[in-house]
Amino acid sequence: MQTSLPTPSVTDELELASGAPPSSWQEFWRGFSKNKGAVIGLVFMAIVCLAALFAPWVAPYNPIEQFRDHFLTPPTWVAGGSSQFLLGTDEVGRDILSRLIHGARLSLFIGLVSVVLALIPGVVLGLVAANFGKVLDSIIMRVMDIMMALPALLLAVAIVAILGPGLGNALVAIAVVSLPAYVRLTRASAMTELNRDYVTAARLSGAGTLRIMFVTVLPNCMAPLIVHATMGFSAAILEISALGFLGMGVQPPAPEWGTMLASARDYIERAWWVVTLPGLTILFSVLAINLMGDGLRDALDPKLKTAA
Amino acid sequence: MALLSIKNLSVEFGPQGRAFRAVDGLDLAVSQGEIVGIVGESGSGKSVTMMALMGLLDGQGRITADTLNFDGQDLLKIAPAQRRKLLGKDMAMIFQDPMTSLNPSFTVGYQIIEVLKQHMGLRGAAATARAVELMEMVEIPAAKSRLDVYPHQLSGGMSQRVMIAIAIACKPRLLIADEPTTALDVTIQAQIMELLVNLQKAHNMALVMITHDLAVVAEVAHRVAVMYAGQVVETGSVARLFEHPAHPYTDALLQAVPERSHGARRLSTLKGMVPGQYDRPKGCLLAPRCPRVQDRCVTERPALTAHKVDAVRCFFPLNTEVAA
Repeated sequence: MQTSLPTPSVTDELELASGAPPSSWQEFWRGFSKNKGAVIGLVFMAIVCLAALFAPWVAPYNPIEQFRDHFLTPPTWVAGGSSQFLLGTDEVGRDILSRLIHGARLSLFIGLVSVVLALIPGVVLGLVAANFGKVLDSIIMRVMDIMMALPALLLAVAIVAILGPGLGNALVAIAVVSLPAYVRLTRASAMTELNRDYVTAARLSGAGTLRIMFVTVLPNCMAPLIVHATMGFSAAILEISALGFLGMGVQPPAPEWGTMLASARDYIERAWWVVTLPGLTILFSVLAINLMGDGLRDALDPKLKTAA
Repeated sequence: MALLSIKNLSVEFGPQGRAFRAVDGLDLAVSQGEIVGIVGESGSGKSVTMMALMGLLDGQGRITADTLNFDGQDLLKIAPAQRRKLLGKDMAMIFQDPMTSLNPSFTVGYQIIEVLKQHMGLRGAAATARAVELMEMVEIPAAKSRLDVYPHQLSGGMSQRVMIAIAIACKPRLLIADEPTTALDVTIQAQIMELLVNLQKAHNMALVMITHDLAVVAEVAHRVAVMYAGQVVETGSVARLFEHPAHPYTDALLQAVPERSHGARRLSTLKGMVPGQYDRPKGCLLAPRCPRVQDRCVTERPALTAHKVDAVRCFFPLNTEVAA
């Protein structure tokens, strides 16, 4: 056996493995764009985000301005509709299109903040539970079990009742309610990863517990977390609207999709568009986010990147 | 003075009183620049010994030893932070299955550089250059372009080379290879063994080779320790041990090598199984299986007795006239 290895098999393998190595961004996009649903979701969310960002310029009217002559005007394409209000007006004469566009700001903000508020402590608690032995693990997981045993909305209402109504407190309530799912998810995947050889190898390289937790193990637990976070995003939008409906979330004049939906329920038979349009907006946004999350997971997780 | 010295190391698992002794009174010394092979069948305590040495058993196993020294530092009393400084720098280890030993979420280059940052304080271009140099050292072709490759894009042999590169990154003085070639195919095995021996010579490392492949040990090691049921039953130089085994178990192991049974219709084997937790014999652990068993073997447990530089744990060793 010679020391130098000019064997053809080694070089062939190299060609197969790397070829012209694409930049990480190109590689990400190639993985992501393979999933058509994800691209559609991304385009839709890009439009929603842009609308939210430039709401004052994009929206035809002020979202809380009332047109006293135009209560419950149907959308343009329906008989009786006017070209003045593209998607019609609601029960107090506010332009629905403008309210939807401005509502995107609130809804996206709510989704983002509540996911971040739940994700970060959830991941930390989950990793701590997985890493630090029996006592701490039991304490954390039993508390999470108790939180899971209570109905989510009831718990959220109880928290808001203690903290007082308002957007900020509602966000905290939603984050607390969705915390156990993140903790369990993180703990479960961290436990499986911790038994892998590469974790032992990392410890043999002198990695400390914190480094093992956050640098070695966490990136390998991200796939289920990303998917769950995108679903949590949409769940948060739905939950805040439920709280708004109970008078504990976003307060009425503010244009929030869920609150719009809730306040329009009396007109469901007379004016379908007042209920349907915010509902469809929520539906499509939630769908788009979920599709995007799926594509993100496929593109970001090197374990799922197959050579084929 | 030996680089690594282990005296009377025992590792127990399970509740006190009903504990299982995975390693039982193990003695081992490894000097700088020496290759020591540890052979034994599955469950004989080879890997557990090394895990204990590296402090990887955390609360699970109870470790007791008279001496457990590496380069004058007592590994039993060492503080965790101190141990982490030692691991990966002065003591390194490579594993059996290279495909699962690399973190799938990071590129190969990142994982090599991580160690260099942590232990050598190298940063930026210097770290990258050293990583490329290391990858060339382990004979990875086109090393530079391989830095950005993820582990799943590498074959088993390439992954093992990367593991070796990480292990030798900080020029360790002791490298423990835990069945480094078991998961690889035969041609790659030979290349990896050759690579390990070359690196060992180049860096004058101590290399502990854990394996159940006798051929590997015969080829590369200077000294061998044969383990059975958690005990070292025989140690000695490779030449002596393979030519004139003193312990009946070593003899049986060598008899079971297919090449030695050439012409015979069946491989010669030892009857029975390695004793488990509940059927550990009172006397010699091999007594129930030993072809040369005598009354004394059943009632009394033999100690590891020195014969010049070698040692045997048997009352009635074979080939004593050569061993002594």
